[in-house]
This record gives sequence, C-alpha cells and structure tokens, in this order.
Amino acid sequence: MPTRSAPLPLNELPEQRWATVADITVPDHGPDRELVLRLVELGFVPGERLRIVAEGIAGRDPLAVRVGHTTFALRRYEASFILVEPLS
Amino acid sequence: MPLTQLAFPANIALLGNPNCGKTALFNLLTGSRQKVANYAGVTVERKEGRLRTAGGRRVNVLDLPGAYSLNALSNDEAVTRDVITGHSAEALPDLLVCVTDATNLRLHLRMVLEAKQLGLPLVVAVNKMDRAKKLGIRIDLEALARELGMPVVGTVSIQAHGAQELLKVLDKPLARRTPSTWQPPDLHAVRHTQHEVQRIFRSTVHEPAVDADPSERIDRVIMHPFWGLLILGVVLFVTFISVFSVGAWLTGFIEQGTAWVAALVESAMADGPLRGLLVEGLIGGVGGVLVFLPQILILFLFILALEDSGYLPRAAFLLDKPMSKAGLSGRSFIPLLSSFACAIPGIMATRSITNWRDRLTTIMIAPLMACSARIPVYTLLVAALFPGDPLEATLLMIGLYVLGIVSAMAVAWVMKRSTGSTRHSVLLMELPSYQWPDWRSLAIGLYERAMIFLKRVGTIILALTIVMWALYTIPSPRTRNGGSPIENSLAGEIGHALKHVFAPIGFNEHIAIALVPGMAAREVVVSSLGLVYAMEGNEAEVGSQLEAHIAREWSLATKLSLLLWMVFAPQCLSTFVVVKRETNSWTYMWLMGGYLFALAYLASLFTYQLTSYLTAH
Repeated sequence: MPTRSAPLPLNELPEQRWATVADITVPDHGPDRELVLRLVELGFVPGERLRIVAEGIAGRDPLAVRVGHTTFALRRYEASFILVEPLS
Repeated sequence: MPLTQLAFPANIALLGNPNCGKTALFNLLTGSRQKVANYAGVTVERKEGRLRTAGGRRVNVLDLPGAYSLNALSNDEAVTRDVITGHSAEALPDLLVCVTDATNLRLHLRMVLEAKQLGLPLVVAVNKMDRAKKLGIRIDLEALARELGMPVVGTVSIQAHGAQELLKVLDKPLARRTPSTWQPPDLHAVRHTQHEVQRIFRSTVHEPAVDADPSERIDRVIMHPFWGLLILGVVLFVTFISVFSVGAWLTGFIEQGTAWVAALVESAMADGPLRGLLVEGLIGGVGGVLVFLPQILILFLFILALEDSGYLPRAAFLLDKPMSKAGLSGRSFIPLLSSFACAIPGIMATRSITNWRDRLTTIMIAPLMACSARIPVYTLLVAALFPGDPLEATLLMIGLYVLGIVSAMAVAWVMKRSTGSTRHSVLLMELPSYQWPDWRSLAIGLYERAMIFLKRVGTIILALTIVMWALYTIPSPRTRNGGSPIENSLAGEIGHALKHVFAPIGFNEHIAIALVPGMAAREVVVSSLGLVYAMEGNEAEVGSQLEAHIAREWSLATKLSLLLWMVFAPQCLSTFVVVKRETNSWTYMWLMGGYLFALAYLASLFTYQLTSYLTAH
C-alpha cells in the first residue's frame, strides 16, 4: 500500500512523482473561479492519479501534467489551486 | 405508433471536446461536400456538410466548434453552447452526435452527461476505437449505452468505412425531444457529474494495468528543456528550408506559366490599352497571387501535419515561458508561425487564443513575421548588398527574420506594459496524444488555407494590381520633360509628392513610386522597380538587371534603409482589412498601421543617417 503524506499544491510536486488529487482550492469569485471550475471539468477531481511529466525551460514553468489519459499544460499559478497527496 | 409519425434525423450536429477526432469524423462523413463560413456576428468558423446514411437518406451535418464544456470560456465554446441551447440564429439540431475519444473516455464522458440535460436526442460516437484496441483498452459499448440511456456506436474516423455504425443509427427514428433542464453548472454540480462519470467509467471500460500509450515516453524527449529545444530548432529549420527550396522551385513553374499565358495573349492581340490591361493588370495580377501559393501551402502542410500529430502544442509548451516574458503565452506560437506564410491566415488562427488581450497582442505583431511576400524583396536587396557572397547574404537574410521576431517580442512587451494588466493570462491547454496525421484532414485543411488566401488576399491583390496598372498607364496632367513614361504617370505623380517624406530616409523618387503599388503585396515592389527603371525582358532578366543596377547606383545607406523599411512597414492592405474584421474595430486597424509605419520610418531614418555619416567619414 502506498503511504500518504500531507497535501501540497501541485506546483510543489516533484517531477515524475505520482500523486492523487486531494482537494481543489476554490476562490470566491472572479476569473480564477472560472479557471478552477474548468480544472474540475477537465478531471482534476479528488481521487484521480496524476504526475508531472515535463517542466518548462526556466523556473519549472509551465508544467505538463498527466491525469488519466490526458496531458495538460498548466502554468504554475494555475496548478497551485490543485492540492495533491504524493504517493511514495 | 404508426409509421407516418416517426421522424428521422435531417439536421444533426457533432459535439465534442477538442482533439476527439471530431473534425476528422466530420471530414469522413461529408467528404468534400462541406461549406465553411462564419457564425453570424462572430469570427468563429462554421462548418456544415452533407452525408448520406446507410439507407441513402441525405442528412445535414454541423461540425460545432470543439468545447470541453458548455460553461463557455472561449468564443468557440460560447457558439457551441448557444447553438445547442437554442440561443442563436441557428435551428436546433434534431440529433446531437456526441463524439468522444475511446482512449480518453474519462475526460470526454462528462460532456455527454452535460449534453444529456439538453433534452435533445443524442447518439454517442466512441471514436478512435482502433487506437483504444491497440492500447489494450476494452470498452463495453452495450453497457455504456445502458448506463447513458442513449445509443452508443464505435467509430474510426481515419478509416474509409469507420463511420458505418453511426450511419446506420442515423436511419433509425428519432427519440422524443424533452424539455431542457440544462443550466450553467456550478462547482457542486460539476463534482456530482464527475462522480457519475467515474462510476460509469469503472463499470464499462477496462484499462490495462500498464499504460501502453507511448506519449509519455516521447514527451520525456520532446519536452526536455535541452533536447526539446534542439528538436524544435531542427523541425523549424527543416520546415523553412523546405519552404525556400521546394517553394522557390514550384514558384518558378508558376512564373513560367504566367509568362507563357501573357506571351500568348500579347501575340494574339494588337497593342493597346485593352491588351495592357489584360497582360499587365489581369494576368500579372493573377500570377502575382498564385506565385505565393507554393510557399504558403508548404509551410501550412508542415504546420497542419505537426499540429495534427500533437507536436505543435508541445512546441507551444516549450516556448510558453520565453513568450510570457513578452506578455504572450505559448498559444500565440501557432498563429505567429503561420504568419511566416502570410499574416492573414495567421491573424485568423489567433481565434484559438481565449484571452482577448493576448489575442489582440498576437494580431498586432503578426505582420512583423517575415511573410512570403517579403522574400523576393529581401532576396533582391540582400543579393545587391553582397554580390557573389552567398554566405553573408544568407546570414543577413536570417538576420532580417530574427529582427522581425525580436521586434515583435519588444512590441508585445510594450503593449503589456502600457495596458498595465496584472491579471494572470491562462495557458491551460491539452497536449493531445501523439498520432499519425490523417491525410484526409490534411488535404482538406490545406485546401481551406489555400481558399482563405485566394479569397481574402488574392482578390485584394488582383484588384490593386489592376488599379496600379491604371495609375502607371494614365499619364499625369502635368507632364514633366524627360524621364520614363512611368515617371510621367499618375503613379509618378504620387511618388513625386511622397519624395519629401521619403528623402530623410534615403529613398529617391524611383523607390517612392515603387513603394506605392507595394501596398497590394510587398513583392510587387520588385516588378515596380523594374518598371520604374524601364527594364525589359522576363522576370529573371529584370531581376538580374535590377540587382546590378541597385548594387551600382544606390548607396549602402539607401539599400540598408529600404531593407529595414521592408521589415517593418505596413505594406499590405489585405492585412488591414483582416485586422478590421477580426477585431471588429477601426481603431485597432489604424493603431497597427500607425505603429508599424512609425517603426519603419524611425528604423530607416536611423539606419540611413547613421550609415551615411559612417560612410562619409
């Protein structure tokens, strides 16, 4: 059984490390709320397994995140709304 | 129920996420029986076609813009939502075909459940069944149909008979339409739907324990910070080498063909204004349009193939960070790359950029990418600057391309600063699985690009060439003594009037005259210079005479100044027209023209004055 550690924002997850989505930070209003809604629609829902498969050239930005059978390119800011539990 | 009361689908619409193979399926269903236009009042492409069902009935098919959700974030998604919720000028379809990706049902099923609330009769097409089989993914279509409560068929949009099951379903009578219960879902509703998706997915799809999709392994190389950039460099290098070599070779044939037709008309008709209009205006104009096609189509062949294969979104990923420094996002990469063929399809490709400010910036800088119409002018001037030195000429040529790109980034940066926007621009984009490009979609995509160019650019170039011919031919009321006929024409008069504007940047009257018709298309500057200097012979002969003349007669300062002018100047009326249309604003059109003119003038002024000073001392 994989052991679980404390949730951290997706932008802090080390590259290639498997994790499961723990929760989503929901801003009260504005464009960020739209963004978060879209992230959930795209499958960033609690329980889904994901992994960062690639990172941008400078400053680990943007991130390519594999969730299910799809890879998404996210900026670190966009990824910070997704809380994940790394699997060891 | 008596048979007469049964209704069969006559108007259907394809709904689905981007990258589900929806357009490939549309192409397979309709073949060449397609009509491409815009939705009323918006710059979103509307594709409609006709298919024949297994039973031989004709059905209209609408290919809705790709959407991840009816909670629209982009113009495309808003159009799709409005059409299928009945809030547009479009009639509601009798039947929605929800196209999903068999290798990615987890993502695509949510849209099906959302669409179910609309109350319209639905069919689910599980596309890419061949790929799913290869990856060891087993889908129980019957169980899926039971769970979803609607017909489900498997399709393979890249095989000739891959839509047969779907065509059979279209011969069945329609289910009854029920009132729509759809409303924009909130977070809670989306989560609820996602739970339902997870449940259905688990009970109907069996995936192998190990993911057999090679995409992740390929990505480790393609998106590697070092190897990825190296590969991108090689890909772009090969692309542009092909545009230059193969494109120039094909262009040669078109030039020969045009010359042949012109000679034929010339020999068949007596000399006179009508012959002049036909040969120099009409044939010259059509030839001047067609001559760009090879280079544009080769660049678009590469762009479409690379996009279809899944590579270009990765390139956009790699370039996102550098481009974000200039206030853009990786999404601007494909439109800007297209602008190297021609700014018009490039500007139209900005429609895929969801953020309006990002899109506007991309539109504004698209004309700085060296389009194919600049190539003949660059080639002429560069050759005149470095006669008999191909290496230095090539380096200067590359330098001109780089100058355009660097300036574009600088302009984007200034635009970002001046609007003072601190809002995070969103990248969020799917990097679809790698696949081989589908030849049918490639051919149709290429044809569409060619038509965009011929309609939007071609008609303007053709019309302007005829106007220019008239300006050249009609003598000016104030005839000056001496000089070629052209100097005494209306065009000469315009050039004469512009002389004082252009004198500080080193352009003599001859150049000023040639720049005016260059508004039709930049490359016309070359043939206009030939006319101004009254050079005789075919295109190649005029070219070499011009090159020799420029190398001999123009000062170094003038040559450099004109090169810089060609990099920046807003020398293309078609671009203006498209900017007006795409931004729906005269202001942005004039703003673009104004800043490009200012940039061109200042760059040329600086270059001319500095070079003159240096060469004089």
